[in-house]
Amino acid sequence: MNVLSLTAKQIAELVLTGSLSPVDVVEAYLDRAKRLNPKINAFITIAEEQARRSAEELEKRLRKGFSGKFVGVPVAVKDVISTKGIETTCASRVLKGYIPPYDATVIRRLKAEGAIVMGKTNMDEFAMGSSTELSAYGPTRNPWNLERVVGGSSGGSGASVAARMAPIALGSDTGGSIRCPAAFCNIVGLKPTYGTVSRYGLISYACSLEQIGPMTLDVDDCALLMEVITGKDGFDSTMIDYKFKWTPREVKGLRLAVPKEFFGEGTDERVVDKVWTIIKLLESQGAVYEEISFPLARYVLACYYIIAMSEASSNLARYDGVRYGFPCDLSSPWYDSYSKVRGEGFGVEVKRRIILGCFALSAGYYGRYYLKALKLRTMIRDHVLSILKNFDVIVTPTTPFPPFKIGERIEDPLALYMADVDTVVANLAGVPAISVPAGFVDGLPVGAQFMANYCHEDLLLTIAKCIQDETKFHTKVPEEARL
Amino acid sequence: MSELKVKIGLECHCQMTSLKTKLFCRCPADYRGKPPNTNVCPTCLGLPGSLPYLNRRAVEEAIKVALALNCKINRRMVFYRKNYFYPDLSKNFQISQYDYPLAVDGYVTINVGGVDKVVRIKRIHIEEDPGRIVYKGSIESSPYTLVDYNRMGVALLEVVTEPDMETPSEAKAFLQELRSILEHLEVSDGSLEGSMRCDANISIEGGSRVEIKNITSFKEVERALSYEIIRQRNLLRRGVQVKRETRHWDEVRRVTVALRAKEEEMDYRYFPEPDLVPIEITDEMIERIKAQLPELPAARRVRLVKQYGLTEYEARVLTSDKHLADFFEKLALIHGNPKVDCNLVINELLRLLNEKNIGVRDLKFTPLEVSELLRMVDDGTISWKSAKYVLRRMVETGEHPRMIVETEGIRRIAKVEEIEKYVDMVFERCREDVEEALKDPKVIHRLVGEVLKETKMLADPKITFQVVSKRIEKLKTIRKWGEVPP
Repeated sequence: MNVLSLTAKQIAELVLTGSLSPVDVVEAYLDRAKRLNPKINAFITIAEEQARRSAEELEKRLRKGFSGKFVGVPVAVKDVISTKGIETTCASRVLKGYIPPYDATVIRRLKAEGAIVMGKTNMDEFAMGSSTELSAYGPTRNPWNLERVVGGSSGGSGASVAARMAPIALGSDTGGSIRCPAAFCNIVGLKPTYGTVSRYGLISYACSLEQIGPMTLDVDDCALLMEVITGKDGFDSTMIDYKFKWTPREVKGLRLAVPKEFFGEGTDERVVDKVWTIIKLLESQGAVYEEISFPLARYVLACYYIIAMSEASSNLARYDGVRYGFPCDLSSPWYDSYSKVRGEGFGVEVKRRIILGCFALSAGYYGRYYLKALKLRTMIRDHVLSILKNFDVIVTPTTPFPPFKIGERIEDPLALYMADVDTVVANLAGVPAISVPAGFVDGLPVGAQFMANYCHEDLLLTIAKCIQDETKFHTKVPEEARL
Repeated sequence: MSELKVKIGLECHCQMTSLKTKLFCRCPADYRGKPPNTNVCPTCLGLPGSLPYLNRRAVEEAIKVALALNCKINRRMVFYRKNYFYPDLSKNFQISQYDYPLAVDGYVTINVGGVDKVVRIKRIHIEEDPGRIVYKGSIESSPYTLVDYNRMGVALLEVVTEPDMETPSEAKAFLQELRSILEHLEVSDGSLEGSMRCDANISIEGGSRVEIKNITSFKEVERALSYEIIRQRNLLRRGVQVKRETRHWDEVRRVTVALRAKEEEMDYRYFPEPDLVPIEITDEMIERIKAQLPELPAARRVRLVKQYGLTEYEARVLTSDKHLADFFEKLALIHGNPKVDCNLVINELLRLLNEKNIGVRDLKFTPLEVSELLRMVDDGTISWKSAKYVLRRMVETGEHPRMIVETEGIRRIAKVEEIEKYVDMVFERCREDVEEALKDPKVIHRLVGEVLKETKMLADPKITFQVVSKRIEKLKTIRKWGEVPP
């Protein structure tokens, strides 16, 4: 038995029955991660010592009868989620050396179930990007093709799972940041309903849009992770009272809406083809579909970016070097020191978004940009909900194109923003959305995306499970990750 | 040149000191006296990933104030972010309110020189206090800045008035009334250092509006405004336009200095705080709070006049500080002579407090002990004059009045035999005066004075007078008849 080929659920079961020791599991994954990371760059920090210590403690607790859903399961955590005692950088120079004194709520919950944080994964700086090329620690490479991007911004988490460097991972999704790398890595990625997973400890980029979510090899792990991380938290005021529970059902009778705007111009025909294959597959299982129109599609990117950048300009104001991270210069006046810290600490894309966000919120332009975007957001949400009155889910490609070459779009921010065109709708509306492996184009994975109404993650997992069972795409392993 | 009209508006920041925890986290709200940066958590430090979580009690306390200030309460309350960079602000934005503040359109009646005046309240909102900045020396010459985030996140209530005040003393009267109302509501203890701070807007007819920032006490408000009026008047007199700007009140030099011109006024980029949901305030909530409102200073003044027979003025002085009025009422209840009790509290106690710059609640004794002091006056154990001295000693040492009277030997001498001994001494010493007194009865008073001096003023003057008069009469008889007939 090779531990690295197991799912999280299987690992936990074997650990609980005593067939596997947490220390052995952790050692196997640490060894794997250390060996592959120089090539793939999925991890910014491999928390070797902490993971070992946790595994040893866990063994002691197991002997005293401890039990949990993720006993002995190593988990890769996007470096935007605060982990007590483990450096958390958001892939930014400005946070280099910052060691949070507290755990994010999701981390606390995972630890309570016996999971072990094995490292912090690479990402676009402050989650701003769609390719994980915009990291201060260099790009993450796609395990399916090292010349290609892994998607973003949770690219490190996606790659770590795809390359079997960790059985499960946490990502965060502001405009598609979980789903895009999930699609590019041939894994399952879910953005939960806004307000169902605590954001306490998630380092904010755009707080009204982002959610922490699971990135896993298969649907069962995804469901298990959701069970653990959802649920009200006294530290996040924006939460609703919801605890995920999944009872699988048939896809027979499910109604799928296929908005034609997301299959049209700008979307790679081969990707369209793959997603249609999935739709037809679901039809063969008894689901029905209908092509509909989503006329607001052409506004979603503008709406998303204005809101995200506006919030980012405020959320990122705290990085001034006074209390943590990039050291500030004590000999100069505070405003000079601030400028230096922020000028040198932030990367170019982060600065671009801060400046655009400041502009959109400034007194003279607030009404023209921010307020307009908010109104548009309401319209988009209402439109999504009106569709979901008549349909169970909305189907689109996860991204309009397969993984592109590293460096190919980096000089052109607008071309890069295009990667989010299919995913941002779910964040603007706050509804849950999943990316499921939908096949390969020239050996590169692509994903299909499904959106459902608030708190209908169970529907999404039902569909994903059906696709997984019928296609077995999730059993395919990238060349780089042969065991 | 006729006097030009002055318009003053105030923005008062009052800490809600009655709350147990800060506005957006669970750290204790009482940060005073704690070592720097120990009263903090990820949220009030603004650490990456931390989120605000609203202290609901703060909203209820603020509604109390809004009702007491006769405001209209908005049913939907939204928090905004006010973005600006400054080291005392852990997130470099402050969670405050902008559109949809808690309450608007209220008023407060103040009284200056016996005349009532209405000051309109523009709005009341809730926001978080920033940290405290400590400079070594002055703001200009300090080689570094120290920041203490213990205060960061404490709930503040901002009360903004319309520019309805016309003199510095009206501004001071408004602040005193506001403080008294907050104390009666038990929302804020104005006597705590830094619990009430204010910015003042001032303009003189024909000039622009100037904002004075960070005034820390009532005394300073009066000073800052008086300075500013003179400065602006002088400018106008010389034909110089008053610039629209923000100025800083330098308490040490007692001048205002320009901070920034309004042309370069900051753009705070307000937008709704995405981490907090809008708060619905229901009619039931307002009705419930209204039903629990305590007696407010205005009503209390009316009652004090009626119940204790005090003058308007006395009632006003007492209610200027809730704790002073409380002290008086307790004393009046125990001692039962309101006129005397009020006199002692207003004329003696308040003077001592001002002199020592402390509050009523800093006193180390209670109304019960003061009532014992007054009882000693009532039963003749000590004089009123001694009582004042004992009160001073009580303020200084906190000792029991009877103890002070005993140890300092200031019990009044009222026994005739005892006084006679002193009279003997004086008559022996002041023979010439005695001779004079035999001819001129007015000189008797001089002798009485000598006796009192001899007893360190402890002898009862009335009894002393009687003893001295008797002795003079006796001497006259002796002079006339030789020996007194047995």
